[in-house]
Amino acid sequence: MSGTFVGMPAFPEASSSAVSDAQLRHNLRKATHTIRAKRAAVVGEQPDWAALREAGAAVKDRTLRHLDVYLERLEAAVVAAGGQVHWAGDAEEANRIVVDLVKATGETEVVKVKSMATQEIDLNAALASAGIRAYETDLAELIVQLGDDWPSHILVPAIHRNRSEIREIFLKHMASWGRPAPADLKDDPRALAEAARLHLRERFLSARVGISGANFAVAETGTLVVLESEGNGRMCLTLPETLISVVGIEKLVPTWADLEVFMQLLPRSSTGERMNPYTSMWTGATEGQTFHLVLLDNGRTSVLSDEVGRQALRCIRCSACLNVCPVYERAGGHSYGSVYPGPIGAILTPQLRGLVGPLEESLPYASTLCGACYEVCPVAINIPEVLLDLRSKVVARGHRGERLAMGAARRVLDSPRWLSLAQRSAGRLRRWTPRRLPGPLSAWSDTRDVPVPPKQSFRDWWAER
Amino acid sequence: MRVALFVTCVNDTLFPGTGKAVVRLLERLGCTVDFPMEQTCCGQMHFNTGYRADALPLARRFVTAFGGHDAVVVPSGSCAAMVREWYPSLGVTPPGGVFELSEFLVDVLGVTDVGAYFPHTVTYHPTCHSLRSLKVGSRPLDLLSAVRGLTLVPLGGAEECCGFGGTFSLKNTAVSAAMCADKVRGVLDTGAEVLCAADNSCLMHIGGALSRQRTGVRVMHLAEILASTEEDPS
Ligand code: SF4
Repeated sequence: MSGTFVGMPAFPEASSSAVSDAQLRHNLRKATHTIRAKRAAVVGEQPDWAALREAGAAVKDRTLRHLDVYLERLEAAVVAAGGQVHWAGDAEEANRIVVDLVKATGETEVVKVKSMATQEIDLNAALASAGIRAYETDLAELIVQLGDDWPSHILVPAIHRNRSEIREIFLKHMASWGRPAPADLKDDPRALAEAARLHLRERFLSARVGISGANFAVAETGTLVVLESEGNGRMCLTLPETLISVVGIEKLVPTWADLEVFMQLLPRSSTGERMNPYTSMWTGATEGQTFHLVLLDNGRTSVLSDEVGRQALRCIRCSACLNVCPVYERAGGHSYGSVYPGPIGAILTPQLRGLVGPLEESLPYASTLCGACYEVCPVAINIPEVLLDLRSKVVARGHRGERLAMGAARRVLDSPRWLSLAQRSAGRLRRWTPRRLPGPLSAWSDTRDVPVPPKQSFRDWWAER
Repeated sequence: MRVALFVTCVNDTLFPGTGKAVVRLLERLGCTVDFPMEQTCCGQMHFNTGYRADALPLARRFVTAFGGHDAVVVPSGSCAAMVREWYPSLGVTPPGGVFELSEFLVDVLGVTDVGAYFPHTVTYHPTCHSLRSLKVGSRPLDLLSAVRGLTLVPLGGAEECCGFGGTFSLKNTAVSAAMCADKVRGVLDTGAEVLCAADNSCLMHIGGALSRQRTGVRVMHLAEILASTEEDPS
């Protein structure tokens, strides 16, 4: 996965600074609660939601089971429709392919449709080092790019910013990327959107290369599908002469009939709308356009080989799980050290990258297992189940201190005699129960009082009864 | 009716009052309560932290202790969920009749009015595992609503996790404390004198903060309120 977040601290450290950021806490609380309520309302009005959700999961599972077949079908269909297909094993290969394709056009500027896959591989940095400037055209991505910031949400990458911060960013940085923001820019949403619109319009009209991802790729016809709200994506997809789409291999659906299910699931789950404003679909190269499809693995086949973890590949990146996650709401997206934050990030990042470092090992623990994510996931990914499975893999790799403590606790708990001895000693020492606990347990007593053990355990009471 | 009590290691060790309340309540409702002495812990802490090999003997012990019983009552949503939802992933078949307390009262005994008296203002935190794993729904609220003298006030953001999460509270202290703070604010906003839940681990967490902040709000397990009567108040 991407180098963007390399060197990020583990989740507990990163999130503890986020927790203390009052502005961030306020922005996130407001934004997630608003979208949470919208989603709940539009999902609630769909009587067959449970069945749709099941169908979504089933279609994805079927596709993943025969991924090899559908990928080749997609390739054949895209080629037949005049497109070219490239296969990228990892981020580096994907970046190299895209850089070479852009270079071959002779252009030094590209416009981009909001895309998670290109964020994942850190394409913009790769393009920059080849002397190519990539312009993000999604409003929130633009805010992130202008602010030299990181995305913190799948759907709303700048969710951690409020409008006065956005105004600041526009005033300060728009000029160095193109048309400057008006000097008297106000911080109301209309004015901000207008400034972005004028800034971006120049880009669309001059760009000759567009880069996108895709929400879905329909294998039977080789059609790519992008759902968006702003219409910027449509401009990037239609105006340039060359279009390059970087698409994860799990984005496939076999047929248009299968796509129908997701067209209902996705907008309601992500933006809380019955239908998204813009849906663009294209098959191969349209007249006068060159079209390249870069199919990206980057760890996906290894996720696919994991019996429990593979369900993460069903994800349609709706971000409903982020919006209901109480941990995400307080920790913010950056704490997850990846372009995939929140519950899905906690199970996807350690799988795509492997449990390669302290951050990846900490992510499966970045959850209370409250299950709110699983409940809202439109493709029924049992996120707690995957978290638990990943935790057992983390444990298998070491952590001696904790292992010893857990082993000792198990030996006491696996013996009624030892348990009762421990209870009696705690009961006898109850007067000396410390207000502050030692070692890692101090984390408890810093903000909470410690329960004082009773004089008599339940089992002793029962035995005496 | 004969029923076996799985009191849970947390209640056994730290909150025996909850176990005693369950016994008092069930006997008042005409049940004969067994307490298999070989029971200890369901293995939830080990399992949830990733220590499956350590959770396995505890799960097996549970099955041995309760295998022969028709009905097992558990006064903890998360322990009941551990047994019913997660034992299979350890390769352990859970015994048939494992019920969280409110499920047992409403579904098995068929009562919502348990004849309790508790003249206090109470708010209820549903706890995640009761809510989303066991899906106990309105059962606890129905039980509380039938208690004489009790004023039930709704908790804002009730369905949001309190931030305990077992070892989460130690591994991710800051986020856990932040979640707890919001839960405490919700509780204080209700003006209730008692916060009730059907899981003492969540109550230990929220209650620990309520007490540290000297809020004067006390926490009580659902069993303790339901066991309370005019003659013998909890
Ligand atoms: S895991 Fe589910 S809820 Fe989360 S982004 Fe993916 S599809 Fe949406």
